[in-house]
Amino acid sequence: MSAIIQNRRGFLRHAAAGFGYTAFAGLAALESLNAKGSQNPLLPKAPHFEPKAKRVIFLFMQGAPTQHDTFDYNPDVVKYAGKQSEMELSIGTQGGKILAPVFDYQPGGESGLLISDAFPHLRKHADELCLLNGMHTDSPAHPQATIFTHTGSITFVRPSIGSWTVYGLGTENQDLPGFVTMNPPPVGGSALYGSAFLPASYQGTRLNIADGQEPVQNIRNATMNLEAQRRQLDYVQALNRGLLDRTDQDDQVEGVIQSYELAFRMQSAVPEAMDLSSEPESVREMYGLNAKETRTFGTQCLLARRMAEKGVRFIELGHRGWDHHNNLRKRLSDTAGATDKPIAALIADLKQRGMLDETLIVWGGEFGRSSYEQNDQSDGRRHNNRGYTMWMAGGGIKGGMRFGRCDEHGVAVEDRVHLHDLHATMLHQLGLDHTKLTYRYAGRDFRLTDVHGRVVNEIIA
Amino acid sequence: MSRVPTVWFAACLLVVAAVAASAAPSPEGVEFFENKIRPVLAKNCYTCHSAEAKTRMGGLSLDTRDGILEGGQRGHAVVPSDVEASLILGALRYEGGLKMPPMGKLPDEVVQDFATWIEMGAPDPREANVSPQESSIDLEQGRRYWAFQAPRARALPAVRDLAWPRGAVDQLVLAALEDRDLRPVPDASREDLLRRVTYDLTGLPPTVTEMEAFMADRSEGAYSEVVERLLESDRFGERWGRHWLDVVRYSDTIGRTRNLPFPMAWRYRDYVIQAFNSDKPFDRFVQEQIAGDLLPYNSPQERIEKQIATGFLALGAHDLNEPDPKQFDMDVADEMINVTTRSMLALSVGCARCHDHKFDPIPTKDYYALAGVFRSTELRNGLRRRPRFNAGYFRVQKMVELDGVPDYSTADAPKLRAERARLWGELQAAEEKRDRVECRKFARELSKLPVPENLAMGVVEAAKPETIRVNIGGDPHTLGDPVDRGFVQVLYPPEAEIPEIGPDQSGRLQFAEWLTRSDNPLTARVMANRVWHQLTGKGIVATVDNFGSTGRQPTNQALLDYLAVRFMDSGWSVKSLIREVVLSRTYRLSTQLDGSNFAKDPDNDLNWRANIRRLEAESVRDSVLFVSGVLELGETPLSPVASFDRSQILNPGNRQLRAWEFDDPHRSVFVPVVRNLASRMFEAFDFPEPSETHGVRDVTTSPSQALLLMNGAFIRSNALIAAERLMAAHARDRDRARHAFRQVLSRDPSAAEEDRALKRVREIARALGSDEAKSADRAAARAWLEQMLAATLERKPAPNELSAALKSFASSEPGAADSAVAMGSAFADTKGGIRADLAQQVVEAALGRRIDSTERPQMRKRMRDWYTSQAGAGGADSLMLAASADPVHEAWTRIYHALYNSAEFRFRN
Repeated sequence: MSAIIQNRRGFLRHAAAGFGYTAFAGLAALESLNAKGSQNPLLPKAPHFEPKAKRVIFLFMQGAPTQHDTFDYNPDVVKYAGKQSEMELSIGTQGGKILAPVFDYQPGGESGLLISDAFPHLRKHADELCLLNGMHTDSPAHPQATIFTHTGSITFVRPSIGSWTVYGLGTENQDLPGFVTMNPPPVGGSALYGSAFLPASYQGTRLNIADGQEPVQNIRNATMNLEAQRRQLDYVQALNRGLLDRTDQDDQVEGVIQSYELAFRMQSAVPEAMDLSSEPESVREMYGLNAKETRTFGTQCLLARRMAEKGVRFIELGHRGWDHHNNLRKRLSDTAGATDKPIAALIADLKQRGMLDETLIVWGGEFGRSSYEQNDQSDGRRHNNRGYTMWMAGGGIKGGMRFGRCDEHGVAVEDRVHLHDLHATMLHQLGLDHTKLTYRYAGRDFRLTDVHGRVVNEIIA
Repeated sequence: MSRVPTVWFAACLLVVAAVAASAAPSPEGVEFFENKIRPVLAKNCYTCHSAEAKTRMGGLSLDTRDGILEGGQRGHAVVPSDVEASLILGALRYEGGLKMPPMGKLPDEVVQDFATWIEMGAPDPREANVSPQESSIDLEQGRRYWAFQAPRARALPAVRDLAWPRGAVDQLVLAALEDRDLRPVPDASREDLLRRVTYDLTGLPPTVTEMEAFMADRSEGAYSEVVERLLESDRFGERWGRHWLDVVRYSDTIGRTRNLPFPMAWRYRDYVIQAFNSDKPFDRFVQEQIAGDLLPYNSPQERIEKQIATGFLALGAHDLNEPDPKQFDMDVADEMINVTTRSMLALSVGCARCHDHKFDPIPTKDYYALAGVFRSTELRNGLRRRPRFNAGYFRVQKMVELDGVPDYSTADAPKLRAERARLWGELQAAEEKRDRVECRKFARELSKLPVPENLAMGVVEAAKPETIRVNIGGDPHTLGDPVDRGFVQVLYPPEAEIPEIGPDQSGRLQFAEWLTRSDNPLTARVMANRVWHQLTGKGIVATVDNFGSTGRQPTNQALLDYLAVRFMDSGWSVKSLIREVVLSRTYRLSTQLDGSNFAKDPDNDLNWRANIRRLEAESVRDSVLFVSGVLELGETPLSPVASFDRSQILNPGNRQLRAWEFDDPHRSVFVPVVRNLASRMFEAFDFPEPSETHGVRDVTTSPSQALLLMNGAFIRSNALIAAERLMAAHARDRDRARHAFRQVLSRDPSAAEEDRALKRVREIARALGSDEAKSADRAAARAWLEQMLAATLERKPAPNELSAALKSFASSEPGAADSAVAMGSAFADTKGGIRADLAQQVVEAALGRRIDSTERPQMRKRMRDWYTSQAGAGGADSLMLAASADPVHEAWTRIYHALYNSAEFRFRN
């Protein structure tokens, strides 16, 4: 290595940190440049029919939250508590003693919907919630069920529901990703926000929300101002267009071209969207940003509201740690405690801004838990894919109601809603017919719900 | 809501099935059942009522004769010849509380069919019973599956186009193509081919010299000479070793809930790289990883190597916080079973832990036969579960001691030895006394001593081999029958002589031997398929880690079997296998599209063209370092993890973690892999999650990749260096442009591209001659300061605060306030941290008051954390980010920057 380079390396090593947001000039000039993206696949598209909701906020609680101690008050579980259930809910389990809810239930709102003491803040918004107590899904294993919840398929790599949504509707803000996922659980990896065979532009953008971390790495360019950077990017895209002319892999190259245009626009739009400093203290307090236990998820919820305002189509917020095989009381109060106040704030905030009607909020995990306990000693519950609870709010869904019922074992027996049905209903609220939202790949039309799915009309307002 | 009163607990209506299965049903009855009844049951009922699928809702299974007669918790579903007593009919009629199927009443004529059938005496030709206790797996049937039969050499198929094939591989590919009326596309250009084979075999681009030489040498043997050169290069093992490390979930930390470092994992990593470089026969490679400690050896060096190889079994992600020791031990065995069967056999035997495998003929018994082997094996990963009294997780006693290697070889060895012995004694005494403070103190001190040099991760035989009893439902506390140690039965015929496991042996040695026998149907196929996948972008079995029935079927089994047999016949030489594939014409096809082929085979399953490929994370990084001349090749570097504080759990905030991928000049394979915390660059470019086998990597396109390449300091600083070298090497702009294209894209620019590059260079140089550079630099400096203040104060500073801070800075560092470079340098202390005194002074100026001693620690911590996080994001290198002093240098820097950002750099034709 030449001396000069070695010096350079040495210099590089000792030199200090990165710079901030270089003052950007000539934003007006940029808009005209942006306008060039004529083939932008993310432009808004007409839905199949008049939508009830413009966007989705999906609160994904990974680990399979217990329904019995949160949102599903089941008199039979109380009645048979202590009795032996012989139900083999997931393979290999032999049943166990039915465990009464570890939290008390109280009625909330005018509807008097019963919600447990694990979620006191959310209970105040009972009239907005539609509790789906008869959910069921195909697998009682975390990785499979988590992927299934996101893609509707266990066996194959398929587009995630966020990708399908953006494929169907495009997005309203061309400067932010149409599909954002904050703190996705590691289970399943990028399958949870991947676009599979859909064009790569529909893939979710992952944001890491944690104290002291930049949610999006490298969001700023320290060398070039926006104008200089645009010229540089034009040069890069000219190279890419040359490749496009020579290659037969249009889709992959197009995907890269689009990812750069989006990245470029994100540089201004993301820091602006993520900058919570303009939020008043009362809002920060409401979302729980001032308390350690709620800060991370509160930040996610507040960011979700800001992104919803800015027209992001599909926003997913991940939260982990709901796999309560033991120590249920303590661990549930931790996970619920970390999310209850922020979610309640999100609902209140959207409502107050008149946005709840057009925002479909969906809460839930990959499956639920048994009514009976893990084993005789431990305070916990087993996996259960045959009966669990998710809930919806806003977005044209009836509030203050529950739909579906499990028996004393925790098996959904009435008004059952399969995960495919939930997917169909989510798309329906967005104005998309799940049987018509198809993509032809390898000689076959694919859809999110495969050959299944029923829109749950009973819960639609 | 109408409710059905539940009486399930109160009364069990089960009457002992009085109905013995009657004599064989009549042919008419069977026909009726097969046509009218079975299809309805299968379509509408089995989802919830199947013994086979273990979904016996209400205790009822309808997929067996006994099941349907016996009924469920409510009573007999079917009583032959008695329609009214058969509960199933009431449910089908939707008469009472029970309405089945729940999604809607079946048509009346179907219900009537059931009544007729029951009146006929319910003739049912099905199996009497599928007992949940007894395995229902039919091994004889299972062995007929294609992948469970040993591959055989077959005569090569005839082809019509005799001129096309260059060898057996091509003939097999062409035969399959011709079968479907497909035609191979034209061959790849020489430029594309050189780039392809160089990346495939070494993970790096060809050098400009190599490219020029190959383009000039049009002789017949030019290409095979290139192939030989690449196979002989040490870079080969660094690339192919990494592929194997994906498969064996290599990591430098344990992951899960207590993420502690594996200080000696690198020994196994280096062993793998070396194995590929020396073309260690793959059967030996497999044996050594599973049972190296038990194999004979000819030299002390060989012995050590074989001990290290067993690191394969020790690298698993385990939950050190697992409270239940039995559960932990079974989890460890489970992890060993998983990694072994997935990596070597591409089977998920782990599925049979709680129940018979649902899709493959692997009974639970087989799982526990293997579990016995691994429970009779002692894990030596250096870490203990749940240490008491803060006594630390790391234990040298829990590592493998390498034979004949001294613990310390340095001059202070006696001192280190004595110190270690003393601290160890103190620690034990403290544990004895249950003294948490002392325990923590001595554990920390111990972990600060260098790790003895004679240690490695691996396994040894347990003191006493164990026969395991089936854990019913996977619960280690609910035990079934004991199972003799053994292997996966479906993979050998019952009459086969399998190696016998002695009573004092774990069985690992026999397992290793059995895996690599020529009649093992999977081991050679699985590896041959992995090689094919890496070279073509897609396995013949696309699910390279799953050859079971839920995996994809082979697209060309004859080709796969040919490769597997050739592989074994060559003495399991991986290099020979690779050589044969890359010399084939199939490998050398272009990526051109052909409409009529595409219509018939859109996924290119049959290899009518080459697949376009993406550069993996490692190749992106290594190429950039290689082009700028920064990449250090040669000596294997020491792993930074070896010197970690071994008592510290690795969380995102851990100080020991560095953004090695940005500031380490070695190849990416040497960058530590930390579980739960993929490094930013690797993660963005689809580095696999390192806790499980991943023979196939994801391929994604995302704006985070674009941001990293556009804005990251890594690309920028390397582009600066590359530009500097370029300018020194070539004086003419046209030569410079050509050289840069050759370096990064392995091709010459077209005339138009060359012109555009030169125009771009002039444009940048002209722009930077203006005041633009200076004002950008000034703005960058301001922004740097603003960020530092924002992080320290946890809010955005007001404009007046910012200018006060700037003024204060300018007064103590004259001349440094207008340049980001100068400002960054001024803030850097000699150890690469932030100068807290200067930072505090500036913050105080902004606030217009002194920071008192109560708030000082907090603020200092925040500014340090911010600074570290910046450094983590490549900030340590980012001081070069202001416009370069020389506009021409800056212009060429941006040309490299653009080339690295082009789609073409990331694709490989």
